[in-house]
Amino acid sequence: MANPQTSEPAIKAPTPPQAWPDEVYRVLKDVGVRQVGIVPDAGHSRLIRAFEADTEARVVTLTTEEEGIALLAGAWLGGERGVMLLQSSGVGNCINMLSLPATCRMPLLLLVTMRGEWGEFNPWQIPMGQGTKGALEAMGVIVTRADEPHLVASAVSGAAHLAFNTWRPAAVLIGQRVLGAKNFKELARK
Amino acid sequence: MNAPNALLHRREVVEELLRDRGDLLVIAGLGAPNWDISAAGDNPNNFPLWGAMGAASMMGLGLALAQPKRKVLVITGDGEMLMSIGALATIAVQKPANLTIAVLDNERFGETGMQMTHTAAGVDLAGMAAAAGFPTSRTVRTMQEVSELREQIHHASGPLFARIRIDPEALYFVLPPADGGILTTRFRQALLGDTSLYN
Ligand SMILES: Cc1ncc(C[n+]2csc(CCOP(=O)(O)OP(=O)(O)O)c2C)c(N)n1
Ligand SMILES: [Mg+2]
Repeated sequence: MANPQTSEPAIKAPTPPQAWPDEVYRVLKDVGVRQVGIVPDAGHSRLIRAFEADTEARVVTLTTEEEGIALLAGAWLGGERGVMLLQSSGVGNCINMLSLPATCRMPLLLLVTMRGEWGEFNPWQIPMGQGTKGALEAMGVIVTRADEPHLVASAVSGAAHLAFNTWRPAAVLIGQRVLGAKNFKELARK
Repeated sequence: MNAPNALLHRREVVEELLRDRGDLLVIAGLGAPNWDISAAGDNPNNFPLWGAMGAASMMGLGLALAQPKRKVLVITGDGEMLMSIGALATIAVQKPANLTIAVLDNERFGETGMQMTHTAAGVDLAGMAAAAGFPTSRTVRTMQEVSELREQIHHASGPLFARIRIDPEALYFVLPPADGGILTTRFRQALLGDTSLYN
């Protein structure tokens, strides 16, 4: 028997979510980011498109997020700054590799779009989403959160300056409230 | 001289790869490959890993993209390469012309007691690199071929992949500095100059 499908609407993010990726792109350009490691998340798609259109930046699509930690360590050795765009589930793929920036006193900038929290539908996202901050902090990454669209760019700016000026790993967790939550039942009806 | 079918010795292989290295930048995977590049002579243009298993080839990519005018050589073990096998696909897609990945394949996790790796069961790293899209990918079995590879590292257009079949011998350690901060700082200072010391 088919699941009863209710007509509850998708949970929308509270304010227009369009502007923050463009602001974040400007912030990352201003701090000199040139290598952009990605494992896509829908929440990063606008920022990814901006970097793909940018001939000064190299977008490196990864097979797993831990590749991105090593990529950016190599970039730093070569004098370039970078960022990784990932989903909270991908933080779990990075854990031992975070030994690298921690031991080598290297900057690292991670922009993490959160799942498994506000408005989540998919139970499989909950364990890693709830564990994201703890896992990062356990490995020495300095974590800040942004839960409103107009605060994302300043959070990224602060984390980027912290990372590149003090040579420490830093992450910004972009809350699911900023991104809006998918309603899987609605998608299943289409 | 090696007998025709004898396996290569890792320290001889690495010494030849690093002979007259010029300004070659070298990253070594954790364990024995680290001791091998250090035995050939500790050098600020070396970045020998002591951990972060699976990092070597992707660090090579980040470095090669950041320094397109310099040649970058990653020397690592079969176990370390297998842990980040997806990196072969990532690197092949990026096509860094100045990057070589050389895997010292002893078919063992040497450092941890010589347990067999997948390559002992026939998994073909050179074939995997070729299938990922490395334009040049080869297996090296003789010192003559090692010398050819050395030439290619300096002069051919990459990315290059070489699986070098070596003897599973356990050798004495030759230790470079262990502190990651020192390794990073001296590498950047040698490559980027004294300005890299200032935050
Ligand atoms: C994530 C992780 N798992 C396991 C280990 C233990 N370990 C250290 S070296 C090594 C094997 C390395 O084998 P290989 O890369 O083939 O080098 P070899 O010593 O054979 O030259 C392992 C499994 C580790 N350091 N990190
Ligand atoms: Mg081995």
